[in-house]
Amino acid sequence: MRTPIAYFLVVSAALFTIGSVGVLVRKNALVIFMSVELQLNAVNLALVAFSRMHGALDGQVLAFFSMVVAAAEVVVGLAIIVSVYRRRQSANVDDVNLLKW
Amino acid sequence: MAADWIVFWVCAPISIGSAIAMLLQRNAVHAALFLVINLFTVAVLYLVLGAPFLFAVQIIVYAGAIMVLFLFVIMLLGVDREESLVERLRGQRTIAILLGLGVVGEIVFAIRAGLGFATRAPGGFEAANGGGNPQALGRLLFRTYFLPFEVTSILLIIAAVAAMVLARRRVRPDPLPEHRVPGPVEPPEPPEPAASLEPREEEPVG
Repeated sequence: MRTPIAYFLVVSAALFTIGSVGVLVRKNALVIFMSVELQLNAVNLALVAFSRMHGALDGQVLAFFSMVVAAAEVVVGLAIIVSVYRRRQSANVDDVNLLKW
Repeated sequence: MAADWIVFWVCAPISIGSAIAMLLQRNAVHAALFLVINLFTVAVLYLVLGAPFLFAVQIIVYAGAIMVLFLFVIMLLGVDREESLVERLRGQRTIAILLGLGVVGEIVFAIRAGLGFATRAPGGFEAANGGGNPQALGRLLFRTYFLPFEVTSILLIIAAVAAMVLARRRVRPDPLPEHRVPGPVEPPEPPEPAASLEPREEEPVG
């Protein structure tokens, strides 16, 4: 493989940053959730790249587990968004401020 | 020119570009579709890095199952709503973008200091992948990481039950006919067809 490992890590860092900016900037709860998915994906890419660098498969196993956790998180999070939408008729995170003082 | 070099330089710009496009889209459906593009290109990068099993899992689980779930929920909640651009905190957007640039700069600096931009993957990965990547991954998963694997199944069951409990619509339980309190026997009334067609009242939510 001719491509240096650091290039993949830079792509991963860029995707992670875009995801975190999305979480901070966007208002729609679904788009915020998608940005979280983007962050998880970026970390997976870094894990696979490190796995390649060290010549061992443990990083790929960890990426596999993080995919499973991401799937579980998506299921629960979307259920929460749907139930919030039923009560408030809105998926905007600014409307959900009951716990704010 | 090695093949992985070309594939990387094709996929990485598409990946970052589609992520930025996802961030800038105001329509949630378009954002989801851009995220699908991003997931596909990341899957191709997995393939370049020698992880064909994760490539397949990424496409099936992420781009298939999870994004379809997202699109279902977007359709359920209504797609025509445009996001409001009112900032609750003044300057939040600018500060978020500046902090993001700072984070990416820091990480790139850390990569440069810790790894260097010229480090190539050493050989020996083919030995770890002996007998094929899925086989080697399965061997590792079912020997070394067997307990975490089983805990994962518990996590999935909990997530499925939690989703059902959270998204359940509460319906007022109406008692079965044999459990009703028997009243005085009345002469049977002629049935009203309109009454049975009315929707059952649900408990008001909220």
